[in-house]
Amino acid sequence: MTDTLRTPGGFVPPSRFAVPGRIAVSNRAAATWQRATVLEIRRETPAVSTFRLKVPEWQGHLPGQHLMLRLTAEDGYVAQRHYSIASAPDGSGEIELTLDHVPGGEVSGHLHTVARVGDTVEVRGPLSGFFAWPGDRPALLLGAGSGVVPLMSMVRHHRAAGLDLPLRLVVSARTRQDLIYAAEYAEETTAVLTRAEGRLNAAHLAPFLGAEGQPEGGWEAYVCGSNGFAEHASRLLVAGGQPVDRIRIERFG
Amino acid sequence: MSPDTDFAPTRGFTGRARAADRDPRLPPGQYDARDGWPVLSAEVTPELAAADWTFRVDGLVASPRTWTWDEAHALPASEYRGDIHCVTSWSKFGVRFGGASLDSFLAAAGPLPGATHVVAYSHTGYTTNLPLADVTGGKAWIVWEYEEGPLPAEHGGPARLIVPHLYFWKSAKWVAGLRLLDHDEPGFWEQNGYHHRGDPWAEERYSGD
Repeated sequence: MTDTLRTPGGFVPPSRFAVPGRIAVSNRAAATWQRATVLEIRRETPAVSTFRLKVPEWQGHLPGQHLMLRLTAEDGYVAQRHYSIASAPDGSGEIELTLDHVPGGEVSGHLHTVARVGDTVEVRGPLSGFFAWPGDRPALLLGAGSGVVPLMSMVRHHRAAGLDLPLRLVVSARTRQDLIYAAEYAEETTAVLTRAEGRLNAAHLAPFLGAEGQPEGGWEAYVCGSNGFAEHASRLLVAGGQPVDRIRIERFG
Repeated sequence: MSPDTDFAPTRGFTGRARAADRDPRLPPGQYDARDGWPVLSAEVTPELAAADWTFRVDGLVASPRTWTWDEAHALPASEYRGDIHCVTSWSKFGVRFGGASLDSFLAAAGPLPGATHVVAYSHTGYTTNLPLADVTGGKAWIVWEYEEGPLPAEHGGPARLIVPHLYFWKSAKWVAGLRLLDHDEPGFWEQNGYHHRGDPWAEERYSGD
């Protein structure tokens, strides 16, 4: 009886979502806190800044992965949060995080208003293989607000590695002023400015879905943003014919 | 590289909540989400009607069984009132979930002596592994109510598993069944770098913790 339960791929339930992780995750990197030094702080939009960190023992990441960052007070009190990695993997031992200044945010508030170049923080990671994109499948990326951060890591990787695979980014922001990385987008990107043209809708996605829009083998879709955006965008994808087991969602709670 | 015990103060960081008045209900590394209840599922929220929901217990049991919505509701009502903790570092205090104890389902199916672990799985295909001892003895529920209303779809409605003493990724949303095994078999997040057990008080977040 035991043998019949021990199937080679593990127990797979009878349903359509059984999305495997894209990569194996290093237990050691995930479990170890490392000292990181702030090298640069760059303003992206009025509420968003990019923090470039030197992490001497960084073991590398794939686009889409995140890390945990922690701050420690003099008395030992710690606060920690997950943040997506914005930079492409480049072997430099440096990574970038792009953070919203969340009103009242304990960690983002400190980084936006107190932190300066030369300060140290601690990080562990990279974490999780589910949202990672190794650059091996055509990618359709949908992001809103700071949800574009892990997707930009994919776009940057696509460019830096000179990949031929189709990659499209649909990014939604309230106004052009709120559009993170606006100066970096090229023909792969469709920007939806919601105050002027309304919410992301089926027409924005139509060029990429259906028989004509799909690349050979279909898209791997990556959706990142607030839960409201993630729900809306993932429903649009499903309604447009994207298989649910080819949709990966990262929700910023 | 610094071991976890060797804290490195961050210049100018005082923290919003001081360690001294830290709520004792808060496990290490967690913060109080207060009125918020973040949604952190990896998959598309399924459109699953209560009438189509079923819950199955099989594997190493004497009588594999499937319950419909009405059959599950006919079991003795049971509720959880207390705290929940997510690995992404938020905790939520004093919530109420209503449903039925997992013990009621398991008693009907009759676990065999060799059963040591379970794989909980969802109607979406999500999976998570748990020692059988972590879901028996009044520690786990199948719930369809949140506070006094129906469990919202984005939080796993019509029904989800609740294992509140472990990080919340173990509390499978849209739960479809439980398979009893004689070995541990990592589920979705566990294959993606998360800890096999996930005790918030021991900070069992990632593999290797």
